[in-house]
Parts: sequence; structure tokens; C-alpha cells
Amino acid sequence: MPDLTPLWLTLRLAGVTTVLLLVVGTPLAWWLARTRSRFRVPVEALTALPLVLPPTVLGFYLLLLLNPTAPLGSFWMTMTGGTLTFSFSGLVVASVIYSLPFMVQPLATAFDTVGRAPLEAAASLGAGPLDAFFSVVVPQAARGFLTAIVLTFVHTIGEFGVVLMVGGNIPGETRVISIAIYEQVETLNYQDAHVLSLGLVVFALIALLITYGFGGRRHVG
Amino acid sequence: MSADLLRLDIRLTLDDFDLALAAELPLCGVTAVFGASGSGKSSLLRTIAGFERPDAGSICCGKDVWFDSTCFVPPHRRPVGFMFQEARLFTHLDVTGNLAYAEKRAPRTSAIRRTQVVEALGLGNLLKRRIAALSGGERQRVALGRTLLTGPRLLLLDEPLAALDRGRKENILPYLERLPGEFDIPALYVSHDIDEVAHLADRVMVLDQGRLQAFASTAEILERFDLAPYTGRFEAGVLVEGEISGHDDRLKVTHIDLHGARLAVPYTPHIDVGESVRMRIRARDVAVATEEPKGLSIRNLLPGIIERLEADPETGSAELLIDIGGQRLRARLTLASVEELTLTEGRSVYALIKSVGLEGSVGMH
Repeated sequence: MPDLTPLWLTLRLAGVTTVLLLVVGTPLAWWLARTRSRFRVPVEALTALPLVLPPTVLGFYLLLLLNPTAPLGSFWMTMTGGTLTFSFSGLVVASVIYSLPFMVQPLATAFDTVGRAPLEAAASLGAGPLDAFFSVVVPQAARGFLTAIVLTFVHTIGEFGVVLMVGGNIPGETRVISIAIYEQVETLNYQDAHVLSLGLVVFALIALLITYGFGGRRHVG
Repeated sequence: MSADLLRLDIRLTLDDFDLALAAELPLCGVTAVFGASGSGKSSLLRTIAGFERPDAGSICCGKDVWFDSTCFVPPHRRPVGFMFQEARLFTHLDVTGNLAYAEKRAPRTSAIRRTQVVEALGLGNLLKRRIAALSGGERQRVALGRTLLTGPRLLLLDEPLAALDRGRKENILPYLERLPGEFDIPALYVSHDIDEVAHLADRVMVLDQGRLQAFASTAEILERFDLAPYTGRFEAGVLVEGEISGHDDRLKVTHIDLHGARLAVPYTPHIDVGESVRMRIRARDVAVATEEPKGLSIRNLLPGIIERLEADPETGSAELLIDIGGQRLRARLTLASVEELTLTEGRSVYALIKSVGLEGSVGMH
């Protein structure tokens, strides 16, 4: 049986990242779905960038951005006393950035589908913008939220390149499951690599089945 | 009238269209906003509701300012109820959920109770239903109930019948007719159907290409020849008021007294004798005779005087306005008959009415 610390660390990372992205991604997706601003297209492109860039490119720039001599890295250093690079916090920052499109795109599509009509109806019934968002948009876009949450969570669990660049391989701090598998293969410990890999395959499959299962059950009307 | 006024002065530019109008509407009864599609009716309603923000002007309801150069009250703070063409019920809630949504957000001063609305609109056996399981007419009834529960000071109805077929329309029309009166809420009713307008409205705003063409009482609007391009030639006609004088149970007719003259209309025993009713008489259903005709199957015969006569040489027809003792009828004849009968303004004639549409009791609004 392999050491399970990487598993718990990975779940913690994916959980924290998903919660943070839900908070950051929801308003961003709302803005993208609603705005007529000329900045919409550039922002949309920027959001999608992590989808197409090699993880090493993203990891390289994040490393430059987060290291203690860079403004963000040194700010973090003075605030918390720790570094962002090669730490769990740094991994969270990196994960939020590379998983951003997996949260924002399904949400923006869902918000777009809900459209303006139910919002106007809600406003005519006396619901303010925030009230209308939570009482009408969230329930009507529930499937979009489920898709976004599952995809973000699963994608964060599976990321390897960025994590390796930014976090390295520190047990209990940055050694997530994908890194642990890599190391076990490197050291020819195929037995443990199998347990972890197969576990990931099954987990990802179940997550996707749940998502598509809900997505496929269309509600009439 | 001592009722509050809705004062509108609106200039609004949209992508392919602009609206510019000023009007003062009494906040009582039903005001129809009438015009072809693209005339700006819906934009006007959306602007009053706050869904569109005008470029300039002002919107005041009684003493409250909803819009002017310094303020814009957002839609959810305006005490208006908006009924959309497509109902826009919340599909993630059932019927009860939709009603409760409005009730929860209504001002505490609202005197309208859910039980009252459910009963008035016959929603009792729909309450547990999902929205997807409702027919078009049922959806509009629920939407109307939901709107009423917001306790609005003004109802804005944006062609609520347009998406329904004829049978469903006739199902919901009585509710629309009764409710503003029953709940004492003034309403603005958008429609492109002159029949609907004649049925429901106390006064009419005629809109064309974003401009106000006419604003007057329904009867007056229907009497005006110059509005024919908007009100339509085929449907042109007037509203006449009379009093039920009796029901003939054997022959199945109801008699109406029109200042001495008698009119027979289809049997409507549910309206009591002595009650005032409103009738719609189309110009194409009125024929004219210069002497009292005998041996005729048409039994509705009213003496009158030609008040106006307008010939239209292009179509070979003529429009007549006939004074029948204070009220007026419109008639459309061919130019040939006008010449043969030597009809002129001021001449006494008999108006023969082929059909009368009884629009219901007066004073419901």
C-alpha cells in the first residue's frame, strides 16, 4: 500500500481551489455573459489561455511571479513569512489560475442560457439584482454550476506540469498525487503507481458520469 | 377625475427605433396602448417598468419620480406589476412557488391576499403543478396572479394574449376584464387587436413609429375616420352604451334600450335588467335606408342623422358617422349607394344593424 499523504493533500488542494474559483469565477462568468464592454473579448481570451498553453509555460511564468524577489512573492513573504514558491499556498494560487477556464466557461454558458427574461421577471416581482441572482439565476443555472465544480475539481487533481514547476516535490506540502505517481514510476515502483493511477482513473470516470448523468436528464420547459 | 396621473415624457433611442412621446394618463381603469408591431408599444411599457432607460425626459407616477435627469428608480423598486407576453414563470418553482415568490417580496402594505388571487383566477387545482405541465392559458393566469400579488399600483400588460390561440384567449379575457376593477388597480394594456381594445379599454393611446398619434376615450378613438390606417378598415366600428330592458326567454333575445330605440342582441340572461352594457357595432355591419323599411329580416333599426360623410373615391366607398341620439354609429357604404340614395350630411336616415357584439356590463372598469 502506497503512502496516502499525497491523496489527502491533492483533495485539499482541489477543494480549496474549487471554493476559491467559485467565489472568483462566478462574478467573472456573470460579467462575461452580460457585458457589452469592448473588453469582453480580450478578457474571454485571457481566461481561456490556460486551456491552450503548455503547463510548463504557465508554470515558468508563475515561478517568476511567485518567487520571493518578485513583487507578488515578496509581498506574500512580508505578510505571511513564508514563500509562495514550493509551498501549498503557491500551489493554490497556481491551481486557481490554471483551472480558471474550467470554472468560468461552463458558468458563462449557463448564465447565457438563462438569459435576461427571468431576471426581468424577477425584477418586476420586486427582487433586487443580488436577490434575483440567488433566487432565480443560481437555481436555473444549477447544472452549469455542477459541471463547473466537477470539472474544476477533477482538473485540479489531474494537473502535473504546473505543480512540478511551481511546487516541486515536497512531501506533505507539494507532493500531490500526480507527482507521487511520477516519482514511483521513476523509481520503478510500479505496484504503488498502479494503485494511485487506477484510483485516479476510477475517480475521474465517476465524477464525469455524475456530471453527464445530471446534464442528460433534461427538464422539460 | 381626481385620480393620480402617470406623467410621461419619454425620449428613448434603441438600435433600430426611437420613441418620443409625452402624455398624462389618469391612474384608473384600463388604458390601451394600441398600434402595429414595431410601433413602440412594448418599448413604452418596458420604459415605464424601468427595463429601458430613456435618453431624456421624465416619468412620474402621482407624486413619485421614477425617472428624470437626476434619478432613475430601478425596476425592482417601482410599484408596477409587469405581465409578459410569454408569462416568464420560473420553471424551477411550481405554481405555488411562483406565487409565493411575488408575495414574499410585496410591500407590507399590499392588501392583496393569495387566497383571494387563487380564487379570482381559478388557480385552486393548479397550485401543485409544475410550470411545464401548464397550458398556455393557464400559464398566463398564473402569471397574472403572480403579478397581482406584488401589490402593484399600476399593472403593465404586454400583449398577454398574443401567444394564445383564439379559444384560450376567450378563456382568459374575462379575467383581464374583471381584475383591474376587482382589485382596483389601473392597467396599461398593450395590444394590436382592436377588438381586444374595444372590449377592455376605457381609453386608448394610438402609437405609430414611436409617436403618439391619438389619445382619447375608446368610443372617441373608434369614431375617428382619420385613424383608420391604425384601427383598420375591416374592423372599424364604434362602442355604444345602452340599458338592458328585458330578456325574451322564448325567442332567446335580450332587448336593449338606447334612448327610446330598441335593439335586440344575442340572449345574455346573466346580465340583469336595468344594467348598462357596452356594445360594439362594426361599420361593415351597418346598412342605411332613407325610409323606414318594411318586411326585412334585420330587426335592429335605429333612426338617426348623418353627422359626417367622407367619400373615398379610390376604393369607391364612403364612411358615415350617424348620430343616434347622442351616440354615434359608423357605417361603410359603397359610393354607388350613397349617390343613389342621395345621402348628404344632415339627412335623416335609418341605420340597419346586422350584428351587435355585446361587450359586457359598463362600470366594471
